[in-house]
Order: sequence, then C-alpha cells, then structure tokens
Amino acid sequence: MRVNGAERSGDVEPRVLLVDFLRTNLALTGTHVGCDTTSCGACTVLLDGEPVKSCTLLAVQVDGREIKTVEGLANGAALAPIQVGFHEEHGLQCGFCTPGMMLVASALLERNPNPTDDEIRWAISGNICRCTGYMNIVKAVQYAAKMHSEAAKAPAAAAVAGGGE
Amino acid sequence: MFPAAFDYQSPATLDEALGLLAERGDDAKVMAGGQSLIPLLKLRFAQPQLIVDIGRIPGMTEIKRDDGHVKIGALARHVDIERSKELAKLLPVMVEAVRWISDPLVRNRGTLVGSVCHADPSGDWGSIMLALDAELVARSAKGERVIPIDGFFEGPFTTTLRSDEIATEIRIPLPTGRAGGSYHKLERRVGDFATVAVSLQIELDGNKVKKAGIGLTSVGATNIKAKKAEQALVGHELKDDVIAESAKLAAEAAEPKDDIRGTAAYKKDVVRVFVQRGLKAALGRAQEVKA
Ligand SMILES: Cc1cc2nc3c(=O)[nH]c(=O)nc-3n(C[C@H](O)[C@H](O)[C@H](O)COP(=O)(O)OP(=O)(O)OC[C@H]3O[C@@H](n4cnc5c(N)ncnc54)[C@H](O)[C@@H]3O)c2cc1C
Ligand code: FES
Ligand code: FES
Repeated sequence: MRVNGAERSGDVEPRVLLVDFLRTNLALTGTHVGCDTTSCGACTVLLDGEPVKSCTLLAVQVDGREIKTVEGLANGAALAPIQVGFHEEHGLQCGFCTPGMMLVASALLERNPNPTDDEIRWAISGNICRCTGYMNIVKAVQYAAKMHSEAAKAPAAAAVAGGGE
Repeated sequence: MFPAAFDYQSPATLDEALGLLAERGDDAKVMAGGQSLIPLLKLRFAQPQLIVDIGRIPGMTEIKRDDGHVKIGALARHVDIERSKELAKLLPVMVEAVRWISDPLVRNRGTLVGSVCHADPSGDWGSIMLALDAELVARSAKGERVIPIDGFFEGPFTTTLRSDEIATEIRIPLPTGRAGGSYHKLERRVGDFATVAVSLQIELDGNKVKKAGIGLTSVGATNIKAKKAEQALVGHELKDDVIAESAKLAAEAAEPKDDIRGTAAYKKDVVRVFVQRGLKAALGRAQEVKA
C-alpha cells in the first residue's frame, strides 16, 4: 500500500487491523486507538482520500490502495493549513482526537473549500472530542478554509501584478 | 481487540467468490463494507474460518434506474446513496434517511445491501426496504433468485439467504404517479441506533391512497412490515381518522421490549406518533408531485 506517498509493505495475518499495522509495523503512532469499537474516530485515516475508521478495516483490505495519516499532512517542516488552523484557533487541548479531526477536515475542504459551520459539524460528527469542545475545532477548520481560499487567490493576484509590469 | 484467526480471500470476480462459497460456505462469511462484520469479529461474536471479501469485485457499486426499478449494487455504500442525484429525484426518502445512519466515516464504508443482509432489527435500511417493497437478487454457483424483502428477515441477524449465496443487488420498484415518503427516527445521540424508527411511503390515485408501505425499526425481533396499518390506508383519503386508525394498527404490530432506550409502552407510543407525523409528511410530499 502507499502510505503518505511512499510505498510500504509488510507480511501480516489477515486478522491484523489497519490501525495496528500503521502503529506497530510502520511505527506511525499518530493514528490513535480510542474506543476500539468504531465509535470515536480517533483512529481516522484517509483511504483513497476518504476518511474511514482504521480500527474497523483489515490491513489486507488496503492492499494496493492509498492511505494518508496525520504524519502525511505537513510538507516537511511546513505545516498544512489545517494544522495551522488548529494551532491558531486553539483547536486542541490533549490532542488525542486531533489527528482524526484534522484528516476529516482536510477531506471536507478538498470536496467543499467553503463549508458552513453546519457542514463542518456534520463532517466531524463521527469524531468525538472529550476535552477541547467543538467550538474551537469548527473555528480551526474555518481558519484553514480561509487560508486555502487566500492561497488560491494569491497566484492569480501575482499573475495580474506580473502582467501589469 | 483483534479477531480470531481466519483465512482471507478477496476474489476478483463474482464467479470466483461464488466458487469459494460453494465449497466452504458453511465456514465462511461474506464481507462487504465490514462495518458490522469487523466489530463482530473483534468481539469474537463471529469466528468464521474464511472471510470472502467481495470489495474488489467490479461492477457492483452502481445505483441505476432500469425498467421501473432502481437497482442498487451490493457495493454501493451509504455515502453513495447520500450523494446520489438520481435517488434524490426518484426516491428522496432514501437520501433523507441515510443521514440518520451511523456517522460519516461508517457511511464511507458500509453498504445498503450489507445492512439488509446483516438483518439487525435496529438497522434502518430493513424497514425502509419493507416500506418500499424492495427485492433482493441473490446469486450462487447454481444460479440466481429474486427474494421479496417481505419474508426475508427470519429473526435477529438471520435471513433466508443461504451460506453459498451472495446478494448482488437490491431492486426497488419506482413509485408511479404522485408518491411521497418519510423516515422518522428517535435516537439518543448522533450516530446511534434507533430507539424507534418508522419508514413510510404512499402512492396516491386522485386523493385516495393507492399503495402504502410502513416499516418499523427497533421494535421487534426483525424489522417489521406493518401490513394491517398499510391496508387501513388503501382506498382512503388521508383524513385524520384514517391516519389515526393506521397509526394505532402500526403500534399494535410493534413488539418492543423494555431496555435502556425506553419501555415497551413508550416505544409503542412513539410508533403511533411517528406514523401519524410520517403519513402527514408523506402526503404533503406526494401532493407536491405533479401528476
Ligand atoms: C458505530 C456504528 C453505528 C452504526 N449505526 C447504524 C445505524 O444507526 N443504523 C443502521 O442501519 N446501521 C448502523 N450501523 C451499521 C452500518 O450501517 C453497517 O454499514 C451495515 O450494517 C453493514 O454494512 P456493511 O457493508 O459494512 O456489511 P458487513 O459488515 O461487511 O457485513 C454485515 C453482514 O452481512 C453479510 N453480507 C454483507 N454483504 C453481503 C452480500 N452482498 N451478500 C451476502 N451477505 C452479505 C456479511 O456476511 C455479514 O454477516 C452502525 C455501525 C457502526 C459501526
Ligand atoms: S478507535 Fe476506531 S473509532 Fe474509536
Ligand atoms: S483535544 Fe482532547 S479529545 Fe479532543
């Protein structure tokens, strides 16, 4: 499977869950285990771009497919907009739910770059935060949405400036 | 938690999958989205020797209209229904109801056909399919059969599907003329299974009901088709007394138990109230449809 853009492989029993493969075999411990019963979303990863619960997926089901975990969000030292948003808007306290929240939010922004607060709440409704509260998480996602739309405008503005010379 | 050991096959064709089930069906479990099966494996409530993952079989994700039916393939997920423009037009009640099922992450994996095969009496799709008079298409190495949904559920988590069969699609007859539906669900929190839910569908001929479907969730050993309550509507205008009589009959058809979600008497009363509300909503929608 491809994980965060790199080809990764391993020989596992069919009963190994994706979350255990990521954490144990690949040492990607940013994907958390909360409830282990498909209820909390701490184990969220993106499968071919869509958020899913990796505690309810077998590693073998993902053979040949594309996984993104929280470790794949940043580009080297540069934080992704969603990470900047969580930082700026105090979208986390203990951080346990945060990888899942950020992945769900980044998939939402991919499909819907200008979500309403309601759409954000709807998108994160499978992810439970037990300490920050959802207000700041929603604000963090809005912050990232604004960063995205400003980044999208910037090159166009630069081109106009360039053309004016 | 992790499951007990099992063999795993993910066949590339339906025939290959059916071959595996013909040989080892009694020891095997079919897996679609895995959103009910994997939790059961982890809790070791299910310990099959073989998992046949049908997730890689091509051609089963479709939602399409076909001579008087909508066909929903075995691998069409809840989210595909949520986003289907075709269903929003043809059977909006399905798009309304799917948002009540679990949460967005589970909906990205779980399937409608998988839910129906799982036969959880608290599952939502079963009663919606009962209200819509759907049929399941089942294939085995020996051939194909079409199973009406009424009679498919035998008990909690048991159906008339054989261990060598795969359900390949569900077919829902398209309503003709002015039709409307609604789904009403009481849940304790977002994503929870229903305390009670009720699915309604009516078709009108003039002002009178030509066809009615009422399915009940979480109030018995299976999803229930409230047939007497349906019959009480056919041939009548949906006046208050007709609606009240049907709602009463639906509550009588429910066989709920006392549990942490509420008492049996309370749940029966919720059925009655939901049928009343649901019929009025369905009528309003049917009347908006241009004949
Ligand atoms: C936290 C949580 C909350 C949920 N809440 C709800 C809810 O509110 N309402 C609701 O309705 N559901 C709910 N579900 C269940 C969810 O809808 C599942 O997606 C669904 O029940 C099963 O679909 P699946 O494709 O994942 O099936 P699987 O888990 O893959 O299979 C389920 C069963 O059906 C059989 N099966 C599946 N597909 C076929 C086939 N094509 N042919 C023959 N047999 C087949 C399997 O052998 C297995 O026994 C919830 C699940 C979770 C984890
Ligand atoms: S650990 Fe997977 S949903 Fe809670
Ligand atoms: S930040 Fe602690 S659970 Fe969400």
